[in-house]
Amino acid sequence: MSSPQEQHIATYREEAGELLAELETSLLELEDNPQDNDLINRVFRAMHTIKGSGAMFGFDDIARFTHEVETVFDQVRNGKMQVTRTLLDLTLQARDQITSMLEASAGGPPSDEANGQRIIAGLQQLLPQAAPRSAVTETAVAASADNSTNRTYRIRFKPLPEVMLGGTNPINLLNELRDLGSCEVIAHLDAIPTLDQLIPEHCFFYWDIILTTSRGIEAIKDVFIFVEDDCDLKIDLIDDSSAPTSDDNYKKLGDILVERGDLSPVEMQKILSMQKRFGEILVEQGLVPASKVQAALLEQQQVKQVRQERTATAPAAAEAALSIRVPAERLDHLVNLVGELVTVQAHLTQIAGNRHDNEISAVAEEVERLISELRDTTLNMRMLPIGSTFSKFKRLVRDLSAELGKEIDLETTGAETELDKTVIEKLNDPLVHLIRNSIDHGVEMPDIRRAAGKPAKGVVHLAAEHSGDSVLVTIRDDGAGLDKERIRAKAIERGLITATTELTDKEIFNLIFAPGFSTAQKVTSVSGRGVGMDVVKKAIEALRGTIDIASQQGKGSVITLRIPLTLAIIETLLVRIDKSYFVLPLTMVEECIELTRADVQAAHGRHLAHVRGELTPYINLRSEFEITANQPDIEQIVILSVNGKRIGFVVDDVVGEHQTVIKTLGKLYRDVRGISGATILGDGTVALILDPGLLVQSVAMTEQEQFG
Amino acid sequence: MAKLIMTADDSASVRQMVSFTLKQSGYDVVEAVDGKDALTKLGTQKVDMLITDLNMPNLDGIGLIKGVRAGSLNKFIPIVMLTTESQDSRKAEGKSAGATGWIVKPFKPEQLIAVVKKVLG
Repeated sequence: MSSPQEQHIATYREEAGELLAELETSLLELEDNPQDNDLINRVFRAMHTIKGSGAMFGFDDIARFTHEVETVFDQVRNGKMQVTRTLLDLTLQARDQITSMLEASAGGPPSDEANGQRIIAGLQQLLPQAAPRSAVTETAVAASADNSTNRTYRIRFKPLPEVMLGGTNPINLLNELRDLGSCEVIAHLDAIPTLDQLIPEHCFFYWDIILTTSRGIEAIKDVFIFVEDDCDLKIDLIDDSSAPTSDDNYKKLGDILVERGDLSPVEMQKILSMQKRFGEILVEQGLVPASKVQAALLEQQQVKQVRQERTATAPAAAEAALSIRVPAERLDHLVNLVGELVTVQAHLTQIAGNRHDNEISAVAEEVERLISELRDTTLNMRMLPIGSTFSKFKRLVRDLSAELGKEIDLETTGAETELDKTVIEKLNDPLVHLIRNSIDHGVEMPDIRRAAGKPAKGVVHLAAEHSGDSVLVTIRDDGAGLDKERIRAKAIERGLITATTELTDKEIFNLIFAPGFSTAQKVTSVSGRGVGMDVVKKAIEALRGTIDIASQQGKGSVITLRIPLTLAIIETLLVRIDKSYFVLPLTMVEECIELTRADVQAAHGRHLAHVRGELTPYINLRSEFEITANQPDIEQIVILSVNGKRIGFVVDDVVGEHQTVIKTLGKLYRDVRGISGATILGDGTVALILDPGLLVQSVAMTEQEQFG
Repeated sequence: MAKLIMTADDSASVRQMVSFTLKQSGYDVVEAVDGKDALTKLGTQKVDMLITDLNMPNLDGIGLIKGVRAGSLNKFIPIVMLTTESQDSRKAEGKSAGATGWIVKPFKPEQLIAVVKKVLG
């Protein structure tokens, strides 16, 4: 199957062949009847068609050649030339030349160009005077020179009343102008006659248009190209970017009207001496119709606006092309919608899975792929580099260290690491706390440092890096490190642990997150009021993040915050107890194992399971949530890593991974411990999002109360 | 509903090209082989637009335009003339006969569509 273009060309060859045959017959007949106008017209038309169609289908040489012959016959047709023997000879030769050019294009022997030029030269000698040679390559819709700068034009378009009789719809022209740029149109009605004089087929409207466009004046003229003879058209440039941009104010209303010729300067002066609003007075006095005043006001407004915009965007012009500013709430709305979409998609996937229909499954998979891409892109839009926060801390470190008489440098890495905007905002206070702690408790005074063989100047290192679906923010100092014995002593003093409690280093470090714990010997303005680390921990947990401390005495400490990239959608493990569904954060899940009745009995009522020889405590969510019906024989334990400990959560069934769109719970449930939110599953069921850390805490508290 | 456009041209290749281009852009097309054929068809069929050649046997483009404007059914439709002449005289003649606009041959399909969109709105 050949392409449409090739088909057109084939048709053209066929048609040209027929026309050439007709041309030959007509020319021969013309020899006998040189005065026959019909014949002359036929010859002209044949050549005209060969030329016109030839140019359209790429036969430019034929079009050029035929044009010359046609020009001569145009003279004959207009009676300016007589049909002579020489003319007919040359024209017949020209006809043969066209035939050979046509054959050459179809793969035949090349045509004799010199012969063609000889024929044309011969024909041109016959012309009464050198006829104007016109090019045949004009196009009606000229492409306009594209300027990047906005200019504002005032256009008055007053079509002749008969304009619609020529098939022109002025509305289309106005719409075309609107496509060019920011456009205000005012219709003037003052030319409309009374009903008895009104001719329905005539157009009595005329318009003032204020157009701000980056396209040149040629583009505007192109809009009116077909009607330029049928209308009164005035296009004035009233603002361009070279105009002084500092001056937002545009000409006064009166000046505009005078400039347009709608009002004389004398009249303007007279009116100006009165004290009312200029436009109102003009209308009242009947000097200028209301629509014209309105048009002028609009012009004033639009130019002002354009100039204001230009001033506002001038410094950011280069940046504007690369980015768009969007209000945060719109982005939030988008994230919400994507969240809904994820939910609907889960439903679709579920239905497709139940149908066992390959076609639906294929569509569902495609939708899933697209939505996950859409989700990532959307969430990405909310991402900001954490660097802006980092730079604030430089100042903090400088001021604080000076106050405390310490020498401390803040080093940062990974400032370009991106995090959800809300997360960055909420991360600010905890980071301030942690850095203050490092400066106050961590880094020692210069003389102590020197005595310990360390450089007098301490370093606090703040770093951010990506790690899977989280960002790790670390605050590292080269200070004294945590004093395990002091923490321990303090914890015993505060009644957090008993004197005999055996703790690992990690557990000891975690004690500093206990409420009311502070080991600072003296309370400084910086820290030491005992409201430090527990607040930090809560704030980080509110972001569904974790906090971790590592420390080596004398060498310094590292605090690592693991923050999820986004707050809106998380990866979870979906589990089921009887008919209720719950989700657990997938990042915390370590493994899933079975729990049989026999295992439970073997443990003699203690909530402990043997996992590869290791005793793992578990929480029975069934009893925790008081679900009593349909307990299966074999339950599942999902083992999570909670604060560095492995703790099991017993459920009936593990359904699988689930993309969870987080919905916050209502006011009433806000303080329920252990549940951080809810999500809607594919089939519309609500599943609660569990907060393992808080669940463990509340279970531990009840146990303590019971066994005290 | 797709707009219906008539192309009147004695050149089959031009008709074919115009027709193909318009159909590709979603318009319906009715063809006429010369001015007389076009005028007869337009007497009974309402179209949204006419694209006509100027040089045609039997009845030329100018005659066709005058005929359409004098009729009733398609009196107000936009009429675009195809012309090889870029001279103003031909354009003016067509305009005074009632043509809405013109396209100078040779033209590219995009140019044709641009003009059609311009006059059809």
